[in-house]
Amino acid sequence: MNLVVCIKQVPDTETQIKVGADGKSINMDDIKWVMNPYDEFGVEEALRIKADKGGDVIVVGAGPKRVTEALRTALAMGADKAILIEDEGLYGADPIFVGKLLAKAIEPLNPDIVFFGQRAVDDDCGLASSSVAEALGMPQLAVIVKQELDGDTIKVQRPVEGQTNVLSTKLPVCLTAQKGLNEPRYASLPGIMKAKKKPLEVKTLADLGVERDDKIEIAAINPPPERAPGKVIQGETPEELAVNLAKALREEAKVI
Amino acid sequence: MDFELSMEQEILRRTVRSFAEKEIAPVARELDEKEEFSLETCRSMGELGLFGMVVSEEYGGQGMDYVSYIIAVEELARVDGSHAATVAAGNSLGIGPLLYYGSEAQKRKYLPKLCTGRSLWGFGLTEPNAGSDAGGARTTAVLDGDEWVINGSKIFITNASAPNSLGVTVMARTGTREDGRGAELSCILVERGTRGFTAREMHGKMMWRSSNTSELYFDDCRVPRENLLGQRGKGFHQMLETLDAGRLSIGAMGLGGAQGAYELAMRYAKEREQFGRPISSFQINAFKLADMAMEIEAARLLLYKACWLKDRHQPFGKLAAMAKLYCSEVMGRVASQAVQLHGGYGLMKEYNVERFFRDQKLLTIGEGTSEIQRLVIARLIGAI
Ligand SMILES: Cc1cc2nc3c(=O)[nH]c(=O)nc-3n(C[C@H](O)[C@H](O)[C@H](O)COP(=O)(O)OP(=O)(O)OC[C@H]3O[C@@H](n4cnc5c(N)ncnc54)[C@H](O)[C@@H]3O)c2cc1C
Repeated sequence: MNLVVCIKQVPDTETQIKVGADGKSINMDDIKWVMNPYDEFGVEEALRIKADKGGDVIVVGAGPKRVTEALRTALAMGADKAILIEDEGLYGADPIFVGKLLAKAIEPLNPDIVFFGQRAVDDDCGLASSSVAEALGMPQLAVIVKQELDGDTIKVQRPVEGQTNVLSTKLPVCLTAQKGLNEPRYASLPGIMKAKKKPLEVKTLADLGVERDDKIEIAAINPPPERAPGKVIQGETPEELAVNLAKALREEAKVI
Repeated sequence: MDFELSMEQEILRRTVRSFAEKEIAPVARELDEKEEFSLETCRSMGELGLFGMVVSEEYGGQGMDYVSYIIAVEELARVDGSHAATVAAGNSLGIGPLLYYGSEAQKRKYLPKLCTGRSLWGFGLTEPNAGSDAGGARTTAVLDGDEWVINGSKIFITNASAPNSLGVTVMARTGTREDGRGAELSCILVERGTRGFTAREMHGKMMWRSSNTSELYFDDCRVPRENLLGQRGKGFHQMLETLDAGRLSIGAMGLGGAQGAYELAMRYAKEREQFGRPISSFQINAFKLADMAMEIEAARLLLYKACWLKDRHQPFGKLAAMAKLYCSEVMGRVASQAVQLHGGYGLMKEYNVERFFRDQKLLTIGEGTSEIQRLVIARLIGAI
């Protein structure tokens, strides 16, 4: 099996994001970069399939040099090989374009399954996976919490509003992982040492014969509005409290 | 000059941090409260690869450098002192002497087991009447045919009486020095279960309550002659060298503990409001946080430099003593101010900061007290 996992490097969820001076990007000075948490589910699932059915796990990332660290982390978890499409200006690019770019690097790998996280926690788009599926002519099964492989057929579960959709298709396929798919392993210490010796191939846009072709650009980034302080409802008795609460909801919050 | 960590070291830090937050943090308070050593967390720390970090792969270790090891201890200590202690003592005091002075046979026999974390090994230096003055040890080992006969006792020995403790390295008097100046001291390996050897768990500790601490008794305990570690008469020297390296890990506990207490204080001070404002906005409190951040940064640089020297095989003893002393005292100040910022809540078990406040105190006492570190430094700079 050729198992490909696409990895995006995103700011650590604990990082306090500040808007950059240009008003269109984030200030990257103090950011700790990590593998997108949803992509970890993808890596884990690929490693489990490999353990069960054999094959190779190849991780692919695109972005500045620093993305190497996310790829090395996946190698330390157990992936076999990594490809970095290195380009200093790629962070914040149109995800549809990023998908086309990834597809170029993935196609020669002849994948049976291409994993993505269901979305990246930085821009929350979740589009690159669809773009890859489209470019490679694969079905896409998105936001899955379980998969079962049977020969060249895959059956997945996808939660929707309290129900579960069970979907099935033939390989090759593009999957996007949702929380609950598995519990990702740690990059163990022996794994970190082994990862040092695993192959990491670096490609440029030119190597892949791709030119920047973004259809959208970010016009502005605005920080979320500051949250107004909470209000404690006053009152002596439950009745009085209820009346005051209802009043506040109606007159101040204007929600009832 | 280059202050950047390697990519492997960054990945390692993230791994250990997330492991500590997910696996250790949820159980730390309860284990502390019950004064209970956990086999389960010890095993999962072993599975991650936290034992035998600087041991080569040949003996089952990870083959990492000292900076990496110290980062791992720091990240554990950021969450819990006891677990950091199990790992630090396991590596520096348990595995260390076997790795550096053990015969090939001894290394093959013990290291692979110890590197999995499924077994632990203790380091028996301190005695009831010989602490700072460890050279004054009274425990004796007399060669009788092909066996050493050991008599005496040791106290405060980490990792020696846990359910998975495999044995201890004991420093004992094996005669009188050739130059006639005092006792000849040697280190001998004693396995758990050897007749005449008892390891008893000590209870009632104020700190490191889920780390295993033991009293050891040797009563005509006989072990084979080949259990001698390295050369006869080199015991004290071996112990001193072991402590030099061990100090780096105590430093890491101070640094990590300070970082953990600082983060708790910062979060609380921003959330807690009095007089209609977050208490962090009162200048006196903001300045406390600023001092903490500054001292932690200085402590980190000092400790990492000491490790860097060790990794480059340069003399590191002076910086190790300085780092041990400084990091542990920084944690003392930081933990104390962190409790202060928590007000009354900081005195309650419900708030983790009180555990940091207690755990800190060991660091200025264990592996050479602050007074002894100052003595060591004063000697090394030629003041006395
Ligand atoms: C939880 C815990 C774990 C430990 N783990 C281990 C272990 O694994 N292996 C091991 O061998 N030991 C271990 N120890 C022992 C530890 O190293 C000793 O407690 C420490 O070295 C101090 O010795 P002491 O307690 O006998 O104090 P003492 O030496 O009696 O010191 C008492 C006081 O006198 C001061 N003092 C002593 N001599 C001088 C001097 N010359 N000048 C100025 N002041 C001086 C000290 O600084 C201290 O303030 C552990 C201790 C604890 C509490």
